[in-house]
Amino acid sequence: MHIMEGFLPDPWWEIWFLVSLPFIAIGLYQVKRLVEEKREALPLLAVAGAFVFVLSSLKLPSFNGSCSHPTGTGPGAIFFGPCIAAVLGLIVLIFQAVFLAHGGLTTLGANVFSMGIAGPIAAYAIYRAGIRMGANTYATVFAAAALADITTYTVTSIQLALAFPGTTGFFGAFTTFAAIFAITQIPLAIIEGAVIMLVFKYIVELKPDILMRLNLLSESTIRKLREAPA
Amino acid sequence: MRYGMEIAVATLILIFIAVFLFQDAAIRTSGEEAWGGADDGAADLIEASGYEPWVEPFWEPPSGEIESLLFALQAAIGAIVIGYIFGYWRGNRKAA
Repeated sequence: MHIMEGFLPDPWWEIWFLVSLPFIAIGLYQVKRLVEEKREALPLLAVAGAFVFVLSSLKLPSFNGSCSHPTGTGPGAIFFGPCIAAVLGLIVLIFQAVFLAHGGLTTLGANVFSMGIAGPIAAYAIYRAGIRMGANTYATVFAAAALADITTYTVTSIQLALAFPGTTGFFGAFTTFAAIFAITQIPLAIIEGAVIMLVFKYIVELKPDILMRLNLLSESTIRKLREAPA
Repeated sequence: MRYGMEIAVATLILIFIAVFLFQDAAIRTSGEEAWGGADDGAADLIEASGYEPWVEPFWEPPSGEIESLLFALQAAIGAIVIGYIFGYWRGNRKAA
């Protein structure tokens, strides 16, 4: 799904670097604070990063005859917020750009924005809103992870449409790109949401204290979830 | 139900596989080539408009096999970390 090397003309690739830079800077600062102040959360950070590694390497066949891969940025965004998720996304995108010629170094800024920032912002916002409204925790996690995936591909379509409006203008081009990406992506996003929901359940079972320490769930919610295993 | 969510997720994945097999069979009978990357689809579209990428990747996996190797390696690195940490948490819980 990443925009390939050389496929963003001047000035768009520079613009997306500039947009992504502050998120990465804040993210690095937040990682540093995490290391200093909440060391017990570091294994969870490693798990969140590992999910981006695993899920973004799986190119899955979707329903309409093409393949794409999930993003796996949902857990990082839910646990640590969009800026730290941006750092995790950056690591994976560099790996793929350098070793796999998947994505690219000139398009890194744009790809970090879609996968590491826009998707995670959606996931984070949905998770926070769902918890505040008292929605079912697992349903909220499912929605957050699935929509992080969909948002990433929607933003990729916007980025391409801005750079290549063609003869049909921005909206025409956006519809064309979104038709290629979004339809492939919807079934994959549902699977991704389901898998991450399951992982969240295991974290609630094994390590609920970290979720409390990061202010992700209240003690009473955790007690309720553990008493009635889903 | 103790494993309700596991069963639900497994069912969802089975439905996904079933739809894939069904679609694949339909595409095969029509003789079209399919299951390429969606990103290649977008790239073809852009190149069809006359755009030339202004820079090439400085290194590409020399063959499909080596590309799969590197993707598998990426997944393996992630899976080891996930398995290690979940196992560590579980062990801690049992010991406590």
